[in-house]
Amino acid sequence: MSAQPALMEEIGSAAGRELNTQGLHADARRESLRLLALLSPSLLLVFAIIIVPIGWLFWLSLFDEAGGFSAANYARFFEQASYIKTFITTFKVAFIVTGACVLLGYPLAYMLSQLPRRAASICLIFVILPFWTSVLVRTYAWLVILQRKGLINSWLIDLGIISQPLSLANNFSGVVIGMTHILLPFLVLPLYASMKTIDTDCLRAGMNLGAGPTATFRQIFFPLSLPGLASGVVIVFVLCLGFFVTPALMGGGKVIMWAMRMEQTTSLYSNWGAGAALGVVLLVVTLALLGLFQWLLGARATGVWSSR
Amino acid sequence: MNRTRSVSIAAMAGLMASLAAPAMAGDTITVASWGGTYQEAQTKAFFKPTADALGITIKEDTTNGLDDVRLQVTGNAVKWDITELGADECARGSKEGLFEKLDYGIIDKSGINPKLVHDDWVGISYTSVVLIYRTDVFGDKGPKTWADFWNVEKFPGRRALSGSQATETLSVAALALGLPIDKVYPVDVDGALKSVDKIRGHVDAWWTSGAQAMQLVKDGEVDMASIWNGRAGTLKKEGAPVSFSFDQGVLTADCMVIPKGAKNKEAAMKALAMFVSPQLQANLPLYVDNGPVNEKAFETGKIPQDRIKDINSAPENVKKQVLQDAEFWRDNLVEATEKFNNLVQQ
Repeated sequence: MSAQPALMEEIGSAAGRELNTQGLHADARRESLRLLALLSPSLLLVFAIIIVPIGWLFWLSLFDEAGGFSAANYARFFEQASYIKTFITTFKVAFIVTGACVLLGYPLAYMLSQLPRRAASICLIFVILPFWTSVLVRTYAWLVILQRKGLINSWLIDLGIISQPLSLANNFSGVVIGMTHILLPFLVLPLYASMKTIDTDCLRAGMNLGAGPTATFRQIFFPLSLPGLASGVVIVFVLCLGFFVTPALMGGGKVIMWAMRMEQTTSLYSNWGAGAALGVVLLVVTLALLGLFQWLLGARATGVWSSR
Repeated sequence: MNRTRSVSIAAMAGLMASLAAPAMAGDTITVASWGGTYQEAQTKAFFKPTADALGITIKEDTTNGLDDVRLQVTGNAVKWDITELGADECARGSKEGLFEKLDYGIIDKSGINPKLVHDDWVGISYTSVVLIYRTDVFGDKGPKTWADFWNVEKFPGRRALSGSQATETLSVAALALGLPIDKVYPVDVDGALKSVDKIRGHVDAWWTSGAQAMQLVKDGEVDMASIWNGRAGTLKKEGAPVSFSFDQGVLTADCMVIPKGAKNKEAAMKALAMFVSPQLQANLPLYVDNGPVNEKAFETGKIPQDRIKDINSAPENVKKQVLQDAEFWRDNLVEATEKFNNLVQQ
């Protein structure tokens, strides 16, 4: 009891504050060391199963078919026109599909976040159910719907709206439609989760201060939903870049994406380096784009790195 | 003393020899093929009768092709004792030294086209690339030749060709130029590419798998296509309105190899000898449309007469087709495929 005022006095003094800060720093250091120790098994695992193979992939890409050290695998991208074309196609598809997912997914997630809990969970089932269905099955289902004698074309022709079937499958639009459907949940789920955490009191406070619904949405809700949107966009975009099944089936062989090119190149050349070089290029460009993305939105907005 | 010793050595040798023969029995080999109905047919035609006759166990696996063999051999982790490949893959893998030498003292090569008999690979069956068209669109006046297929004024309609098998599409492109079937090989790649360039604007789909080619034709997504005869035969059996023939078909062989470092080489050699024997080869067309590689199969009497005309490797049908030259593609595949991709992957 009697020590209390003395302690208070000590804390109050400058020397006491200094001591206190030092103590806190030491605690923080010990804490982070302890966390690092706890993390080390998983860090080792990441090193062994991700960093090492990627390094190996990079190493392999530097050897030509004769086994010599060379840049032949990279030079090929400029010698054969199809590589640049498929690379551009890949990013074109990724940008368009990500854009379509945002346009469709944002209103959907917003609606879900506004619904009463029960109704929202029922609606969420409709988002998650296709998510659990095999990609192959869903892709074939889209073929049945979109192709020349598919559901949409037969209905439109029967209704007399069109006379010639629309080209919806086996081309670029087929790939975009199929991939958008498959990737939509990857955007909606993180976005919905982040929208649910937005404090509704903030919105009410805004309204209270005279903001209309549009201003409330634009100035309060939308900025607060950005971290969720950003992580959804990053996930969708990166998944797009490596997509294989849907473009292979829905593109009619006319939309060749980088992953398909990788498969073709790996079986065409006798050295692993030929395919490895494609992997390295995709990895480097993807990382560069992610870096750019993070820089544009600021580390805080991109939820996936928002630990600080 | 000496005599008794030599007698006992002889007896020992005899005993060992008699032990060595049944040591075969109980061996297990693993054979990899393409899976699906084709491999099911091979199981009934080749694998099961061989396992029964030799008293060995044949395990099965599926392969994606040369990459898998390369991965196993270069990684020193050979799982298979025998694997199937496309003939051009066999020719390429042979150049890379991925296979064991075959012993033609055990494997009887008579009846097999010499172009498919090599030091370290041997033919096993044939697939044909044929021209299929929908009879609900063209009646019986559809495109019959590749020149017809290329003639977009006379035969308007939607078209599909193989985008993944440049070798096959370049072969039919050469035929479309009007070359007689015995002048297609060696393929003038640049000439064939010019021919592809003429048709590519009219091609609505470049298929990358047999299933996709079948689906495109079945669903009416295209009116005519190049397709593998097995898939074409299935469409016809399912009652799809289609017509095809072996005229100007491209006969492509599949082959089998023993990957270098296979664990059970001797048993594999004996099994392979059984697979290519006329008796077992004659079983294959009873279950699937891929024709036997051994023409003596047609002399076994096992294949019903009315079935023979539908088999791509029956002597009368072979005359109508181009045999794809595996060794030509071994040397030209990479360059031709890259040029083909530059044209097609726009």
